[in-house]
Amino acid sequence: MDIDLEQFHRIFFEESLENLDSMETHLMDLQPGSEDAEFIDDIFRSAHSIKGGSATLGFTYISDFTHDLETLLDHVRMGARSISIADIDLLLQSVDCLRDIFSALVDGEEPKAEETCRLKGLFQCALSEDNGDVDAESDGIATQTDKVESNNVEAPNGKGWIIHFSPNIDILQSGNEPLRLFRELDELGELHVKAHLDELPQIHHCDAKECHMKWSLRLITDADKEVIDDIFEWVADDSAIEICSITEDKAVKPEQPDAEHIEDMRLMESSATSTNTSYSTQSRTKADVNPISLANNGTEAEIAKTVVSNKLQTATTPSQTQAEIISNKSKSDVSIRVSISKIDQLINMVGELVITQSMLSQISKDFSMADLQKLKKGLSELEHHTRQMQDRVMQIRMLPINYSFSRFPRTVRDLSKRLGKKINLLIKGEQTELDKTVMEKIGDPMVHLVRNAIDHGIEMPDQRLKLGKPEYGTITLNAYHLGGNVVIEISDDGAGLNKLKIIDKAISRGLIESTEDVSNEQIYAMIFEPGFSTVDTISDVSGRGVGMDVVRSNIQALNGHINVKSKEGEGSIFTIRLPLTLAIVDGQLLRVGGNTYILPLVSIVESMQVNKTMVNQVAGGGQVFHWRDEYIPIIHLSEAFGIHADYSSVTDGILIVVDCEHEKIGLLVDELLDQQQVVVKSLETNYRAVDGVSSATILGDGTVALILDILGIVKILHMKKAKIDTHITNLLGMHNRLDSNLMI
Amino acid sequence: MVNTVNIDQTSDDAYGENKLQDTMQFLTFLMAQEEYGIDILRVQEIRGWETATTLPNVPAHIKGVVNLRGTIVPLVDLRHCFGLPEVKYSAETVVIVLLIKTDKGDRVVGIVVDAVSDVFTLAESEVCAAPELADSVEINFIRGLATVNEKMVILLDIDKLRLLDEIPDQMACDIKNQLNAQRQE
Repeated sequence: MDIDLEQFHRIFFEESLENLDSMETHLMDLQPGSEDAEFIDDIFRSAHSIKGGSATLGFTYISDFTHDLETLLDHVRMGARSISIADIDLLLQSVDCLRDIFSALVDGEEPKAEETCRLKGLFQCALSEDNGDVDAESDGIATQTDKVESNNVEAPNGKGWIIHFSPNIDILQSGNEPLRLFRELDELGELHVKAHLDELPQIHHCDAKECHMKWSLRLITDADKEVIDDIFEWVADDSAIEICSITEDKAVKPEQPDAEHIEDMRLMESSATSTNTSYSTQSRTKADVNPISLANNGTEAEIAKTVVSNKLQTATTPSQTQAEIISNKSKSDVSIRVSISKIDQLINMVGELVITQSMLSQISKDFSMADLQKLKKGLSELEHHTRQMQDRVMQIRMLPINYSFSRFPRTVRDLSKRLGKKINLLIKGEQTELDKTVMEKIGDPMVHLVRNAIDHGIEMPDQRLKLGKPEYGTITLNAYHLGGNVVIEISDDGAGLNKLKIIDKAISRGLIESTEDVSNEQIYAMIFEPGFSTVDTISDVSGRGVGMDVVRSNIQALNGHINVKSKEGEGSIFTIRLPLTLAIVDGQLLRVGGNTYILPLVSIVESMQVNKTMVNQVAGGGQVFHWRDEYIPIIHLSEAFGIHADYSSVTDGILIVVDCEHEKIGLLVDELLDQQQVVVKSLETNYRAVDGVSSATILGDGTVALILDILGIVKILHMKKAKIDTHITNLLGMHNRLDSNLMI
Repeated sequence: MVNTVNIDQTSDDAYGENKLQDTMQFLTFLMAQEEYGIDILRVQEIRGWETATTLPNVPAHIKGVVNLRGTIVPLVDLRHCFGLPEVKYSAETVVIVLLIKTDKGDRVVGIVVDAVSDVFTLAESEVCAAPELADSVEINFIRGLATVNEKMVILLDIDKLRLLDEIPDQMACDIKNQLNAQRQE
C-alpha cells in the first residue's frame, strides 16, 4: 500500500480554509448571552474537522491549538460557560491565526508559532475560569487520555504485566495496528501505555508506512500470560515482545501517559493504514467531511477537482449549496468546487452531443443530396448543443457574489469597533452570479471601498446624532445584473465627498485650473487620480492616496468601470460595472480595409450611416457628429491603426457610437459584419499587450481577429498627435548621440 | 552517447566556452543566400507562409499574428531584423516556429525566412567565434561560425536576438543608414 500523504494535504488545507470561513460567519452571527445552540454546534463541527484532519495528517501544532479552541466551545455547548464578547473576539482571532497558518502551509512556508502560543495562553486563561469537569468530555482523544489518567490515580493492585513491545519498522505494512492490540489489552484491565519516540524521525521525513515507535505497557489485570500472548500472536513474528510480571520488573515505573504521544501514535497508524475507522467512530460530528474519509473514497489524484457531493448535505449556510470556491493566495492550481447537479447536466449534454455526432457521421457515410435536409437538421442540432454546453461550462465558473461579500461583516465589525463607530452592514443581491476570475480580482478593490466608507464616510455616533441622523450608520452592498454587466454598488449614508476639498486639492496638484466647466461627476472622478487624498492625517486605515487609483486600475484591468455619486451630508455611492465573464464576449465583427476587427457588443450604443449635415469640422481638425443633442468626436479607426480604409468620406462609412468611460465616441469603419460570440485569447501569452487591442480571437475560418479596446484607441490618437513633435526631437537626439559616439 | 544534446547547457551556459564536448544539431535556413543555423531543439514546427493578422502600431519586423492550434503566435520577419532588403512573401516562404526564452518567460514565435536548408550535427570544437565586425550594431546574437560542406553557416542564439523587442526597429536602421551616408560624405 503506497500512499502519498501530500496529495491529501491540499484537500485538507482547502477544506480547513472553508471550515474557517464558515466558523467566521457563524461567529459573526453569535450574540453574547443568547447563544444559539445550532451556531455553536456548527462552529464546533468545523473546529473538530480541522482538528481531526490536522492530527491525522501530522500537523500536531494545529490539532493542539484547535483542541483548546474546541474545549472552550464545548464548555459553551455544555452550558458551563456563557459566551462573552471577549470569547468571540478570542475565537475570531484564532480563526485568523489558523487561516494564516493554513495560507502559509499552502504557500509551502513554515507557519509562525508566536501567535498560536499567545492565543493558547489566552485560551488557558479563559478555560481556567471554568470548571475543569467539562474538559474531560471534549472529544474522543481527550476522553481516552483522561481515562488513562484517571486510572493512573488509582492505586495499582499489584498483579499485572509489564510488556515491552518493539515492533519492526514495517509492522504497519503487514496490516497490524498497535492501537488495536492495546485496545484489546485495555479490556483485560487497566492499561498504562508509554510510547518511546526516541527513534521517531522529523515529521517531514516521516514515511507513513514505517513505524518508528516502541511501547512500554503496564497492564494491571488478573489475566494470564497466555491471554496476552494470544493478543500479540499476530505480531509476534514481526516484533520483539517481552512480557514479564509486574512483580518481576520493578524497574519500569508507570509513567504518566502523554496525550501527545497517544495522538502521535494514532496519527502514525491511521495515516499508514488510511482507514481511519478508529478516528471517525470517535468523532461526534455526523455528516462531517473529513479529509481522510475523502481520501478513502479514492486514491486517484485530483480529488480536489472532482465534485464533493457530501458537501451539499453538510452545507451550513444557504450559499454553500451553490458551487464553492476557495480563493487561494497561491496562483498555481486553484481548484473550484462545483455542485454535482451542474456536472450532471453537463454529462447529459455531452451525451446529446455524442448522439448528434454519431448521427452526423451516419449521414456522411453515404451522402446523397437527398440527405441534405437531414444534414442541415443535424448541424443545427449540433449548434444548439454546443451553445448550450458553452453556457453550462461558463456557469461552472460563475459563483454567487456572496463569496466576495461574506468577508465584509467581519471587516465592518472589526474596523468600526476600532474606530468607535456604530455601523450596520446591509447586503443585497448576494446570489448575483459572477465569473470566478472576476470575483477574485474584485475582492481587494471592494475591501478598499468599504474601508473608506467606514473610515471617511460614516461619522462618529455623537456627530451623527447632532446632524439628526440615526446613531447607526449604514453601509449597503448591492449587486445585480444589468445588460451584459454585473453592477456592484457600495453606498454609505455618511458625510459624502467634500467637493470643495477635492477642488482645492485638485487645483493645488494642478489637475484642474479652475472650477469652471468642470462637472460634479468630473470632480468626484478626481479621487481616483494617483496620490489624491483629502484626508489630513494618514491613518493605518486609509489616507495615503494610493488606494483609489489602484482600485480604478484594478477595475479597468477587468474591463470594468467605476464611478461615484455623492451628496455632501447624505453619503456616497460607488458603482462598479463589470463584464459577466472574461472568457467569451459577444462581439460585433467589423471591417476596415482588408482587416476584420471585433468590438464587444456591450460597448456599442448605436451604429448608423451618417448624413453630411450632421458632421462638423472643428477648428483643430477633428470632426464631431451631432447625435441626440450631443456632439461626439469621430475617430477614424484607420487613422489610429495606420491602415487603409475603403471609405473616402465620412458619409461612405458606418459610424458606430460606443460608450467609453461615460463619454460617447463615434468610431468610423467601412462595414459591419456578423455578430457572434468570440473566445478571448490573450496576445500577451506569446507577444505583449498592444495599444488599442484588448485581446485577440480566432474566427470560424481559423484566422485571427483583434478585439478592439476603445480606450486604448483614444489613447493612441492622443499619443500620435504628441508623437509628431517628440519623434522629431527624438530623432535629432539619437542622431546627436550616435554622432558623438562616432567622434570617440 | 555522443549525440545527446543537453538542453540546459545549450540554453544557459556560455556558448563560447570550449568545455562542452557534446555535439549539437542545427537546423539551417537561407536568407539572402546566407545560411543560418539555429538549435534544432528550439524548433517546434515548420510551416508555409500564410497571411497573418497585422497588429496596429507595432515595430515593422512584427508581421502580425497567426493562429497556431488555438494560441496566438506572433510572426517576426528575420530579414527585417537583420536589415536585409525585404522580399515579397511567396508560397516558398517558410515560417519556423520557435520556442524562445525571454525574461518574461517562454514565448512561441514564428520567424519568416526565405527557405529551410538542412539539418547537421556539429561538435562544439567545430564552432569558431564570430569575428569582430566593424559596424554591426549588435552581434552578440551570433553564437559562432561553422563550416559545413565548405560553406559558412552562421549559428544564431535566438534568445539573444530579442525578436519581440523594439530593437531591430526600422528607425534604428534608418539612422544607421543615415550615419553611413554621412560618413561617406
